[in-house]
Amino acid sequence: MYNFDVEKPGTIAEAAAAMGADEAQALGGGQTLIPTLKQRLASPSKLVSLKGVAEMQGMGKDGNTLRIGGATTHATVAADGSYPALSALASHIGDPAVRNRGTIGGSLANNDPAACYPAAALASGATIVTNTRQISADDYFQGMFDTALEEGEIITAVSFPIPQAANYQKFVQPASRFALVGVFVAKYADGVRVAVTGASNEGVFRWTEAEAALSTNFSASALDGLTVDPDNMITDLHGAAAYRAHLVKVMTGRAVTAAG
Amino acid sequence: MTKVTMTVNGKTVSGDVEGRTLLASFLRDDQGLTGTHIGCDTSQCGACVVHVDGVAVKSCTMLAAEADGATVDTIEGQANADGSLNVIQQAFQDHHGLQCGFCTPGMVMSAAALLKENPKPSEQEVREYLEGNICRCTGYHNIVKAIMAASGQDVTAIAAE
Repeated sequence: MYNFDVEKPGTIAEAAAAMGADEAQALGGGQTLIPTLKQRLASPSKLVSLKGVAEMQGMGKDGNTLRIGGATTHATVAADGSYPALSALASHIGDPAVRNRGTIGGSLANNDPAACYPAAALASGATIVTNTRQISADDYFQGMFDTALEEGEIITAVSFPIPQAANYQKFVQPASRFALVGVFVAKYADGVRVAVTGASNEGVFRWTEAEAALSTNFSASALDGLTVDPDNMITDLHGAAAYRAHLVKVMTGRAVTAAG
Repeated sequence: MTKVTMTVNGKTVSGDVEGRTLLASFLRDDQGLTGTHIGCDTSQCGACVVHVDGVAVKSCTMLAAEADGATVDTIEGQANADGSLNVIQQAFQDHHGLQCGFCTPGMVMSAAALLKENPKPSEQEVREYLEGNICRCTGYHNIVKAIMAASGQDVTAIAAE
């Protein structure tokens, strides 16, 4: 790693001020960023550790909305039961030691095309809360590793409307355990949302044809007549575009069945 | 350089570290606690697992500066007060849960974290919990068996595969 300074602010205001420094980079749990720095793929002058910001820790339910602080670990989300499909998703990210460090804000800020949390946020129509504004999930994800975050902006919390039923199905790439395809299905009073991770060159996306079909008939058979266009799906040594497109439909069906 | 202070295996220690100094490097190079191994250095293999404030973390993927003020437990602090092996370590010996031994410190630390959370895990739960600990010798079977035995469960029915 190139060397850098580490700053440990205690409040969001201090963190935002620290992020104003030239070449400053926010550090969540570091489970992606530290390996990236080791490969010298980034050379920040300063890491601003968000772990010590008390206002960004923990989670709480307010009516039908679950608010999760940006520095909350996957392990904490996994142990909470207020949004079961989200906790189940968190309980299968990485491995136990990674879940003890990695944070929801870090995952969403990085927006890895095979990460799990983006699928949950997009399928739930979550709101990404930053130190300056609120961003709807539909506006937030802008492509592989690309988000609506501005330079220096910090994800302080994420608000999830809790659905009537939901499920996440991940088809893991056997070596890395990242999602080869992951599908999050969430059923709300006003319709069903389906978000897919791992599959597309554009990062997480909504499968709108499936949403329309499932909003009328919430069963796996509603998907029977649908096909997923392999155009722009990821092709790599783990799976071809057509294979991923096929998996999207299979995993969506499994998620609907499991959601009940 | 920044000064960090932490409690390692019950003792308060401090040292000067660079921003980029990993917790694993601080433990090994500054504190001489070389039981914590750096295997892959990419947070996949788990040979570097230690406990920070009571939970398992990969010390090659955490900065020493982030552990300032924390309580850290490593494999060197696992033996009983009289120096004898603790129940997990003894079970690894009894059930041949190691061959070359390189992954063993991380395996023992992960096992300790698991048993704290789940004192009587099923075989499946043990295997799932060890997802982030890689062993290239044993085929895992005797590691799983050792952890089951350490949890006080009867392992005579677990056949050697």
